[in-house]
Amino acid sequence: MAIELSAVRYRYAGASVFALRSIDLRLEPGRVVGVAGANEAGKSTVCLVASGLAPGVVGGLLEGSVRIDGVETATLRPHELAQRCGLLFQNAATQLSNTTATVFEEVGFGPCNLGLPVAEVMERVWWALRAVGIEKLAPRDPARLSGGEGQLVALASVLALRPKYLILDEPTSELDPAGTSLVADALGRVARETGAGILLVEHKTDVLAKIADEVVVLERGAVALAGAAAPTLADPRLAELGVEPPAAVRLERMVRAAGIEWSAALAEAIE
Amino acid sequence: MTASGSPALGSTPRVPPAPAPSIEFEAVSFAYPDGTRALADVSLRIEPGESVAIVGQNGSGKSTLVRHLNGLLRPGSGRVQLDGVDVRPVHVAHLAAWVGLAFQNPDRQLFAGHVSAEVEFGPRNLGIRGAELTERVALALAAVGLDGVAGANPYDLGYSRRKLLALASVLAMRTPVLILDEPTTGQDARGVARVQDVVARAAAEGRTVIAISHDMRFVAECFRRVVVMRAGRVALDGPPSAVFAEAAWPELRAAYLEPPLPAVAGARLGLGATPTGSAFVAALAAGPRNR
Repeated sequence: MAIELSAVRYRYAGASVFALRSIDLRLEPGRVVGVAGANEAGKSTVCLVASGLAPGVVGGLLEGSVRIDGVETATLRPHELAQRCGLLFQNAATQLSNTTATVFEEVGFGPCNLGLPVAEVMERVWWALRAVGIEKLAPRDPARLSGGEGQLVALASVLALRPKYLILDEPTSELDPAGTSLVADALGRVARETGAGILLVEHKTDVLAKIADEVVVLERGAVALAGAAAPTLADPRLAELGVEPPAAVRLERMVRAAGIEWSAALAEAIE
Repeated sequence: MTASGSPALGSTPRVPPAPAPSIEFEAVSFAYPDGTRALADVSLRIEPGESVAIVGQNGSGKSTLVRHLNGLLRPGSGRVQLDGVDVRPVHVAHLAAWVGLAFQNPDRQLFAGHVSAEVEFGPRNLGIRGAELTERVALALAAVGLDGVAGANPYDLGYSRRKLLALASVLAMRTPVLILDEPTTGQDARGVARVQDVVARAAAEGRTVIAISHDMRFVAECFRRVVVMRAGRVALDGPPSAVFAEAAWPELRAAYLEPPLPAVAGARLGLGATPTGSAFVAALAAGPRNR
């Protein structure tokens, strides 16, 4: 039971270079795997490939193996992929259906398409809205939301599908600090309580430090670092890979660099 | 046609005006057509050459506030003045020579077929031509690290580089007031460093820099003044050492913001106000305060 990428190389249709050169990655149910890396390191492409959208829907050339629960994604049809794996795009605006009059209906759009009974659709919509703290937006017009609100609605729409695996491409990029910690807490809870496996692309390493079990750092289409979240986020190579370390790691490093002795009291103060 | 009182502000100058003008919001209120009240009686004065960060929750009025400076929005009541001149009758095209604004979403701003044409557009509209135009484009692209992709199509660049491109096209106008709406979102560590560098350089040149940001580290490290907005009002206003000091935390949290980690750690250790990592380390090196 897992999404497994082994020795994956991927090239977009018409491109001359491989966007992914060497990716090995494993996402198990109930786990949160963070993906970090410099801009254009291949993070969004990993999302497309892991969800089967590439090459299935967007085309391109895939080498190596991408399997969801043991089945090669290349052999699955788009609706079969969608039932196993929910994907949140980096630009939330492109995610909304533009066919619904209210946020409530927008979040219900996916579950309705799964052919679920109305009572279950309702229950899932309220659950998803509550999970990301936007019950109040339920009657609003999805086309008239702020960037941050739109992003939360898009996330709720994916959560309402209750997929076994969630692939989220920078779900907090347009959120304020309060919205960011709300989403981080919600995702941690979703993984624990529903057993969903979450692949989380995130520039904000503080979010990864809080909820990720493992972290994978990409560099030019290949895995440069991978392992348990805490040691990976404290790896000295992080900065040269274009990733800003979590605030606590950075502060500890500055203190040590100034020649000040590190102590338990200091560690507690920056906790 | 032209603003009364200031011929410079009323006409599009051949050479961008300098030095930076003072900015004054006087009891400005603004509501959007759907009734959303975005600004409620905001009074704020920004001196020439100040670097000011505006922070607050999504929907607290930050973007609405800065859009009053380049004429994209006009106050419902109250006044906005540049150098003592009411900007209400001044045309957007004239204000563009004074105030450059880089949007939060670069895709609302980019339209040209290649990168250097995009950057040329602003200064060309200010009447800049020839060698000066070429030089401005080159310098602006170099400032954001896009000098290697001058011939590319903007939409072949990833989101983060499109955002830097939008910044470059505003930089090339060399306006005395530079406004950046969430310049660090979607940037990796190198991108954030570039934006920090752009802010520091503009401030060193005596330009007024105003940035909206959710990134408290960026705010604490790069700006001398922080304005906290909450529900359309100014909730806090002061240097980072005051706005992120322990005494201000309740107000900060009421605005759904968290102080940066060095400020929290400094307070826990009784080091006083340490809004940045370097302030924290300096206070630590000096030893606990005797108070």
